[in-house]
Amino acid sequence: MIGFATRRFVQAMIVMLVVALLSFTMFRFVGDPVNQMVGIETSLEERESLRERLGLNDPIPIQFYHFLSKAVRFDFGTSYQFRQPVSDLFAKRIPATLELSFTSALFALVVGIPMGIFAGLNRESPVSKLFLSVSLIGISLPTFFIGILLIFLFSVTLQWLPSFGRGETVQIGSWWTTGFLTVSGLKALILPSITLGLYQMTLIMRLIRAEMLEVIRTDYIKFARARGLPDRLVNFRHALKNTLVPVVTITGLQLGSIIAFATITETVFQWPGMGLMFLQAVQNVDIPIMSAYLLLTAFMFVAINFIVDILYFLIDPRLRVGRP
Amino acid sequence: MSVLDIRDLTVEFPGRKSVFVAVDDVSLSVEAGKILGVVGESGAGKSTVGNAVIGLLQEPGHIAGGEIFLHGQRIDRLAYKQQRLLRGRRIGMIFQDPLTSLDPLQTVESQLVETIRTHLPLTGKQARQRAVELIDAVGIPDPEERIGQYPHQFSGGMRQRVVIALALCAEPELVIADEPTTALDVSIQAQILELMKKLCAERNVAMMVITHDMGVIADITDHVAVMYHGRLVEYGETNQVLGAPEHPYTQSLISAVPRPDIKVDRFPVVNYIEAAGTPQRQIDISTHWLGKARDFSAVSGPLVRIRDLDMRFETRGSIFPSRRKYFQAVKKVSFDIEQGETFGLVGESGSGKSTIARLVTGLYQPTSGTILFGETDLTSLKNRRDVLAMRRQMQMIFQDPYSSLNARMRVREIIAEPIRFHKLASGNAEVRRIVDDLLDHVGLGTAAGQKYPHEFSGGQRQRISIARALATRPRFLICDEPTSALDVSIQAQILNLLKDLQEELRLTMLFISHDLAVIRQMCNRIGVMRHGELCEVSGCDQLFEAPQHAYTRELLDLMPSMELLSRANLESA
Repeated sequence: MIGFATRRFVQAMIVMLVVALLSFTMFRFVGDPVNQMVGIETSLEERESLRERLGLNDPIPIQFYHFLSKAVRFDFGTSYQFRQPVSDLFAKRIPATLELSFTSALFALVVGIPMGIFAGLNRESPVSKLFLSVSLIGISLPTFFIGILLIFLFSVTLQWLPSFGRGETVQIGSWWTTGFLTVSGLKALILPSITLGLYQMTLIMRLIRAEMLEVIRTDYIKFARARGLPDRLVNFRHALKNTLVPVVTITGLQLGSIIAFATITETVFQWPGMGLMFLQAVQNVDIPIMSAYLLLTAFMFVAINFIVDILYFLIDPRLRVGRP
Repeated sequence: MSVLDIRDLTVEFPGRKSVFVAVDDVSLSVEAGKILGVVGESGAGKSTVGNAVIGLLQEPGHIAGGEIFLHGQRIDRLAYKQQRLLRGRRIGMIFQDPLTSLDPLQTVESQLVETIRTHLPLTGKQARQRAVELIDAVGIPDPEERIGQYPHQFSGGMRQRVVIALALCAEPELVIADEPTTALDVSIQAQILELMKKLCAERNVAMMVITHDMGVIADITDHVAVMYHGRLVEYGETNQVLGAPEHPYTQSLISAVPRPDIKVDRFPVVNYIEAAGTPQRQIDISTHWLGKARDFSAVSGPLVRIRDLDMRFETRGSIFPSRRKYFQAVKKVSFDIEQGETFGLVGESGSGKSTIARLVTGLYQPTSGTILFGETDLTSLKNRRDVLAMRRQMQMIFQDPYSSLNARMRVREIIAEPIRFHKLASGNAEVRRIVDDLLDHVGLGTAAGQKYPHEFSGGQRQRISIARALATRPRFLICDEPTSALDVSIQAQILNLLKDLQEELRLTMLFISHDLAVIRQMCNRIGVMRHGELCEVSGCDQLFEAPQHAYTRELLDLMPSMELLSRANLESA
């Protein structure tokens, strides 16, 4: 177990290193950083001294080393557009994105899993068929369209929920702001998290359904029934647990992509998160923000994958011990 | 009063076009402390009888007529919930494959305890106590410690013991065992049968054993019911039925069972069971493509010489050689295969016999040792052309007829592929003619070429495999358990076919099987394998009459007694 975790950790480190290299390359070689920072009337000497000061004349490996050691301390330089440290900008935006992603993931799991179980167990029931057709919509409609549809319905026509922003937020600690504690904050979360989580929800539902259908046919489920175990035990203790390994994999990866690709939803709802900031950075060629975003997303993906791998061990005892 | 009494049971499966009657008017009964065997080939409806009793018929199957009584109480009409209360509590069930019938994610303890607590009003602690006793009763050592383990930590035989313990959780009156030993090795099979017999007598349980294996029937049952196409064709005391079978089906079924005690030239072909295929147009081998121009270099002495063959698999990789772990699948194995003979390899699962087949065909590279084919060392071939030339001379027939044929290709293409690949014929017309001849020769008929593999039964598919193997005009055929997935009657046909082909084409064969009786009928010389080592090599009769190695004697002792069957055989012969 520990050996496995260590191995995975080393692999994760390698992945991070490669991403850091990409991020560094972008920072260093996409356009000239000095040109981005100074105005047109800066003289050549000034430019040269800025170059020297920023360490841009050092050999590339040394520059990469500096980049890494700064990145580890969350120092990603200064944003070109805002003239503020990138890390401060992210600190302001991260809570919004994380809260949105967490809520959508929760929504996807809490709604998707029971729906999947139901559809797997009652394959022929009209309700399952309804679930399946509805889920088809969830998978095939693009996110921005669903977002706009929801805004039109609940904000414009019915005027129940706000169409943009986070509502009122409460400051917790030095930098975390939360929308969970105010009514308007919670109301503002509903539409974006449904929009963001709908796809994952349908995916989880379909996955659980397919896995359930598979597991129900296995001998150990038949044997459990032949032993007279009540349906509740058979379905939940035996069947559901055996469907979990692939579900955990997909859910983990999807959670990563929820965080990473909240961009579209954040744009539609003008949600003040990282995604929105990233999009603005792309428009303004704000490379420090872009490379920091790249690193951060990669880090989250790697971290989630690491957790998923560890979860396998908790679910499946066959992985815990070496084969006999 | 009988524990189980089935009267005129009929089970139907409504299909789209017609109703399939899986069980047709079957009446049986089982007494306490007795074992009833239900025997028949696949599709005979024997498992359906068991499922009907326990109320777990696969949808849309249903009981269309008849009555089932458990201790005089009618149980076939109970509501779902009441039927559930019977399952496990009064009727226990044992399934075929111990590797798949336990939930892999739950400890043995939690599976036992949940079953016990479902049926008996015990506290968690008492239930655990009972679970430990049960595990002890089915003969698993260290019950206190092993009960906390997961199914994958048990071997196949031990898992089957756990399954039996689970079936006995609530002291049921009736136990239905569906092919309880089919997936197990002979030695384990003997132990499990012994255990079932013992538990049946000790606990006074009525037992119904569903099997296709006449050996199991002869070994443990008191009564036997022979089923054929959903009907009960013969029913009576085991001695009576096996010793003096009345119905022609029973007679032919018994005669098709390979005999370990006497070598016969051919297996009695059972026409009652499945017509052996369309009328075969025999081709004259001496003038046909198959027989002529077998451009093999002449070989003096043995065709295959295997010397000090070693094969190990890495089970734990590491960058440090000292930390790597290996599984030694084949250890210093040496033997010869003479030209034109059939060499048998016998052993239990994991003994390395299939690994040898793969080493000889070049699917694996040996760790060390040499395999000489004629004068060529197969392990040292580097050149792709030489490898291909060698491969053309040896072909393999696999165990599983379902996965060894490409489901997306027509049979004609499957057989033509090796001919085209090795450029053995000129032009499509000739290839086509050869394929048709091959199909006829293995007893399938030319029309079969148009179809896809899934349209054939297991035995027919094995014929396709044989035709495909012959298509390269090989001189050496490797059969890896070619009939262990087939019913006995089909097995007899396939083995006869292999024997005929060998004679006609003067093939040399390596025949791998776990079934000593089949080995005896097929092979000239036999090697016995255990844990990757070759224990003994000797001539067929010598091995069975005067085994040298202790393990060989052990294996021979474990074979289910065939005395009853032999008597019947002699009479019908």
